[in-house]
Formats: sequence, structure tokens, C-alpha cells
Amino acid sequence: MNAPDFRNNGFIRRPLKLVWMQSGGCGGCTLSLLGAEGPDLITSFEAAGIEVLWHPSLSELSGREASSLLERVRSGEEPIDIFCLEGSVMRGPGGTGRFHIMSGTNEPVMAWIEDIAQKARYVVAVGSCAAYGGITAAGDNHVEACGLSYDGEHAGGLLGGGFRSRAGMPVINIAGCPIHPAWLIEVLHLIGTNRFTTSDIDEWERPLAYTTHLVHHGCARNEFYEFKASAEKLCDRGCMMENLGCKGTQARADCNIRAWNGSGSCIDGGYPCINCTAPGFEEPGHSFTMTPKISGIPIGLPTDMPKAWFVALAALSKAATPSRLRDNATAQQLKAPLPNRQKKQS
Amino acid sequence: MSRIIVGPFNRVEGDLEVKLDISGDAVRQAFVVSTLYRGFERILNGKAPADALVFAPRICGICSVSQSVAAAKALAAAGGVAIPDNGALAVNTIHATENIADHLTHFYLFFMPDFARATYAQEPWYEAVADRFTAIKGTATADMLPARAQFMHIMGILAGKWPHTLSIQPGGTTRSVAPNEIARLSAILAGFRRFVERSLLGDKPERVIALKNRDELAAWAEERRPQSSDFRLFLHVSKALELEALGNSGARFMSYGAYAHGDAYLFPPGVWHNDRVLPVNLDDVSEDMSHAWYDQPNVPEHPFDGTTFADALRGDAYSWCKAPRLGGAVVEVGALARQVVAGHPLIRDLVQSAGGNVHSRVVARVLEIALVTIAMQDWVRKFHPGETFCHHGDLPDACRGVGLTEAARGALGHWLKVSNGKIANYQIIAPTTWNFSPRDASDTPGALEQALVGAPVRPGETEPVSVQHIVRSFDPCLVCTVH
Repeated sequence: MNAPDFRNNGFIRRPLKLVWMQSGGCGGCTLSLLGAEGPDLITSFEAAGIEVLWHPSLSELSGREASSLLERVRSGEEPIDIFCLEGSVMRGPGGTGRFHIMSGTNEPVMAWIEDIAQKARYVVAVGSCAAYGGITAAGDNHVEACGLSYDGEHAGGLLGGGFRSRAGMPVINIAGCPIHPAWLIEVLHLIGTNRFTTSDIDEWERPLAYTTHLVHHGCARNEFYEFKASAEKLCDRGCMMENLGCKGTQARADCNIRAWNGSGSCIDGGYPCINCTAPGFEEPGHSFTMTPKISGIPIGLPTDMPKAWFVALAALSKAATPSRLRDNATAQQLKAPLPNRQKKQS
Repeated sequence: MSRIIVGPFNRVEGDLEVKLDISGDAVRQAFVVSTLYRGFERILNGKAPADALVFAPRICGICSVSQSVAAAKALAAAGGVAIPDNGALAVNTIHATENIADHLTHFYLFFMPDFARATYAQEPWYEAVADRFTAIKGTATADMLPARAQFMHIMGILAGKWPHTLSIQPGGTTRSVAPNEIARLSAILAGFRRFVERSLLGDKPERVIALKNRDELAAWAEERRPQSSDFRLFLHVSKALELEALGNSGARFMSYGAYAHGDAYLFPPGVWHNDRVLPVNLDDVSEDMSHAWYDQPNVPEHPFDGTTFADALRGDAYSWCKAPRLGGAVVEVGALARQVVAGHPLIRDLVQSAGGNVHSRVVARVLEIALVTIAMQDWVRKFHPGETFCHHGDLPDACRGVGLTEAARGALGHWLKVSNGKIANYQIIAPTTWNFSPRDASDTPGALEQALVGAPVRPGETEPVSVQHIVRSFDPCLVCTVH
């Protein structure tokens, strides 16, 4: 491995210029990002050497001031380093892009995205919508929503699977619905120090920094999982894999290692992981809070474990489940505390 | 008469374009255009009813919990599920956290930066405002973002995460609270209250909510210098620019009622018209599509029977926003509507003296931050650890229900029909659908379209700054508007 380049203290000296656009999404990734902590978002941008040329929620520039800036970016007159897209690309109806017109221009936003992506050194898809199509592509997808270089699980999308930005990188997919603020900020910081390369992304071009983990890792319900002590209803304390659709053992993200909003995660909030960092999560083929089963065995087992082994181990561990876990698994509140093994009763 | 098109209109949630006809020194006519269509009502058709709780919050990243609450209430009404005391307290606490965070985001990041524009550089107050509120660089952003993020730790405890929680269910919440977590919630609220007192108000929230009329508000503002708090600085600028005369609207204001607990509300529902409160009659709600890009029905549709078939090529339409009407009339919704209906004396006085305007809309929001912070401190003390947070029930295969709530920016309703165990129709009318509605069949403009008429144009302006203030005073959310 080469030693990192510490010249200039690791930083590119000039600020990195960032342009952010939104299309077929909800703005939730920006709102999540505003919750960045240790430090706050603006300080994080400064630390990463980022200058925000334009962001729809943050910038003063509005109307013609904004569209003429974006026009200069589009023509290349105003060079940019990072282009972030939040929300799906809206191709409908019939490929015209008229479901999302760029305000003040009468031109589909799709066309602006395509042109500006060609000018940026790095292109970042913020959230599962911009990456793969996401929630907006659910149902029959009559709006023809897609991601920057994916259409669901298929390479393609607006820019094509072979797209490479000026720095030679594919679209970097910060998948998630929404993103965790730190997932994006870390990538921006690494780009700012010239240390983000193709070896830092997984097979769906998501940063390995968070997708090298399973949501299962660090799940506070692991003891219930070990003994297959399962929750039956939402708000029960047990493992939600067997009955309630939880995909934590298959979903790739560090949600139970890296706290959300100070201390939380979906599972900590009492509801199942819906695998929102994966392409196609919006159409799981079953109700989100119900585990599909064949002969009573969940279909979606851990990805790299032989099924027969899983079934055998599950049967064994179920037989060995302490009553404490069995009772707590189907309770809203702690019913049976840990047993006392050491202290002598007087 | 000259036509200008203002867009992209940023520092609003979602995508907005405003067409203005200007002559002389004022706007004569306005057309408000929602430019993005995603089709959530179509996505929801055919889904398992419970899956609405996954899709609905994702309509909007800023009103995410409000969308969850409306969906959960529609399901609860359809299934006849009651909510336990703890569940109601938890839902209200989660919802209030979002609504108050949204008010803060609006005030600090979306609305105030317009007064730091160079066009005001000669004003005596400019330096103080620019120092505090310049977009991205102002000191207020640096103060507010950490306070907001810490406040959102309430979501980490009660809702798993924000936005897009699945903790809000028809019968309560999925997350029980332990006694130590009540202590943590109280501590977070104490920290947030400190920010409200020191930075936003420069006073105790109890004093601000006790102000009874515009004279008392003016006297309170004069007690200390404008720079002593962000609200005082706003009031100073508002007086200097006469924001009370800007963006006038308002024959009717509507609220569905906020923070329900049993049969009671912290802010009760109603329609304010001709100086009195009338009940909201849901049979009177309809959506007109004569100027919206959809297949046009023969008559405006009640949302239970509403349709959403996009037609991007309709030449007589100009927005993806439908035109909701109450008994055929335009209504304004939002914090101002909520407080005038609920009967706060200061807001009643402001509305009776000058109607809805840029000044009164912003005052109502700041007042709500104070009111709701106090209420939240009370709610978290009332949790009963050890008792249930959630009831469960089965949804009949055929049923229907409406879920009404108040998002930060106003009245939000979901109309749900289930048949054969699947969603058969799902219609959403969001706050900004009311406020930013296009014209209806009788060519009556929507609330913002009316409020923009008469907006002054300063010498040398092509895109009037007054329009920026008026549009943002509604705290619009365009992703909710069209959905």
C-alpha cells in the first residue's frame, strides 16, 4: 500500500466547489444532513475544504441569479469539483422529463443534470433515489424515475453504467433513505484530501466505510436473534427477523454502530430494517413489516450462510432459549431482568 | 404590463416557480407553479394498507412525521384502533419535535437570509442582520444548527431516526420509554429551551406567550436593543420595512387541530371567518383540477373519490398542484391559521388589525416555538413507564378513513379507501396545496397568488425582493404540495 500523500497537509489548497441539485425526491437527505454533529454541517464543509457554490436549501442566490450560475456551471465557464444530486432523475412522461421542469427555464431538470454531471470532477448520488431510483420508482413507476447510473438493480439510469466523472470515478452512491449525515461528510472530506478512490466503494458504488457492515452488527437485539426469540408484533422487544420483515442480517449499513440523531436506529426505534441502502428496496415483493416464509422458514436468510445450517442452528437455539428471552421477546417492556448469579440472598 | 418568471425559487422545500405580471411599481397578477410530479397517490394504490406508513413519510423530508401521523390516523380511523395515553404523548412529542425544528429551519435558514441581501445594504439595520443572517456564513446558522441537532436527539430516543421513522403506528408508537429516557428527554428539552431563551427570544417563553396584543408585542420588542435576540431583530426589521403591509391575505383560515390527546387538542380545529370560529366540515373539501396537469373530472372531487391521472400536455393548466377549496372558498393554513383558530389573543389581534401578512405569519411561528416547547416539557413528565405505548387491531378488508393533522406549515389530510385488503384509493391534501393552489374553475386565484398582488417593486429591481419575503412567509413545502 502506498503511503498517503501528506504534502500540503493532505489538503488540496483551493476550496472544492460544490453544486447541489434536487429532483424527484423529498429533500429528506438534506434535512438529515442538517443534523450533522461533531461538528455541525457548515463547520464540516469548512473542514473538508468545500465551498458551496449553490445548494437549494442553503444558498442566498434565487431566481435568475441561481439559474445563471447553474448555466455557467453547465457551460464549463464556472468549473466545479463536486456535483451532488438528491432525488431520482425524472424521465417521464415518455422520456420527455416534463414531470420535473427546472423552474424558470422551461427545460427538464434531467437535461441540466446530464450536462452538469459531465463537468464535475466527482458526481455524488445523495440517497437511494439519486443512486437507484428509490421510493419514487416504486409501484408501476409511471413517472420513469431512475438513478444517475442505475435503474433499480440494472446499470444504466440517466448517465449509463459506464459513466466516469472527470476524476475517473463512477457515480458515488451514498445510498440510504435518508442518508446518515456522516456517510456523505466523510466522503466529501476524503475527496477533499484526494484519498477517495474506486477501492473505497462496493459493488453498488456505495462507500465501503458504511457498507462493509451489516445493520445486524451492533444490533441491541442480538441476544434475541441468537436464540430466535422473536417479536410477534411491532413494539415487542424481540428479534424482528422471523415475523416482522427485518432485513438487518442482509442489509449493508452501519446503522447500529453509528448512532442516528444522537442514539437511535430503526431497530432501536422498535421497527424493522427495510434495507433502504439497497437498490430496489422500495418493492420488496411483500409487505414491509411481514416476513415472507416458505414452510414456516423465512426466505431472506443471512446471505452467506448455508440454509440447512441456519435451519439446524435455529432449531437448536430455539430449543435452548432461556425463558427470560422468550418472555421479553413478546413484551413491550422488560418483563424478566437478568438473573442474579453471584450475590447471595440474605 | 411585463411578465417575469422567478425560478428556481430556492430556500423553500421543493421546486417552485412564480410567474408575475408587473406594471409600474407593483405586481398585478401572480401564477404559482409547482414544477415536480412524483405520483405518490398512484404508488400507494394496490399496496398493503400498513405499507402506507413506509411510503407516506417519504413524500416529504421536512414534514415526514406529519405525513406519518396523517397516514397512521387514517389507518386508525379505518380500523377503529384506539391509542393509549403513552402512545398519544409519544406521537405528540415526536410530531412537535419535527414541527418546532421546521419552524427553526424556516426562520434561520430560509426566511431571514433575504434581509441580508445587498439590496438592503443602505438600511441602518443592515450590518446587524447581515452579520447574523447571511446565508451559510451568518453567526445565527452557526448557533442554530447545533441547537437543532441536539433537539433532534428526541427523535433518536422516541422515533429511531428522523426523517422517515416507522415508529408511528395507528395504535401508538413502537418505542416504549424507560424512566432514564424520560430523564434524557427532559434534559434535551432543557437544553433546547436555553437556546430559545438566549438566542431566539432573549426572554422567557412564558413572557412571550403572555403578550396579548400588537401594542404589547411592540412594547416588548422595545424593552431591549434589536440585537439582543433574533426575534427582536426580526421585529425591528419588520417595523422598518412595514412587513405588516406585505403579502396580505385572509378571509378564511383553517386548522385541523394540532396535538390531539383523547378528545382534546393543544390547538383545537376550526375555520376562522368573519371574526369567529366555525367547525371544519370535511364534506365541503374538494379539489378542482381546471388549471392543474391532470385529467379533468366534470366537477371538483371530494378526496375520498379523488383521482390523479397526470397529463403533462394540458395547455390550459399551469401547475402540478391541484386547487383544494372549502365549500368553494380559498383558505389559508399554517401557524397563523392554527393560532387564530386556537384563539391566542396576540394572533387574534394581529389578524383582526391587519389580516394575514408577512409579519403576522412569522410572529405566529415564533410564538408557537415558545408555546410548544413549554407543552413538550409537560408531556415528557406525563409518560407512564411500564404501561403500554401501542394498541393493535386488524384492519377490515373493506373500510375507509381520513387522517387529519397539522404539519408545521398547516393542515394536512389523508383520505384512505381499502378494498380486498389493499389500498383502493389514497388522496393527500397537504398544507401548501391549500396555500399555493392555482386558480380554480371560476378563475379565483389561490392564497399565495392573492397575497402577491400589490407586492411592491423597488427601483431598479427585476425580481422584486418583496416577492421573496411574501412567498417564504408561508413556509412552503412543495414536495408535499404535489406529492
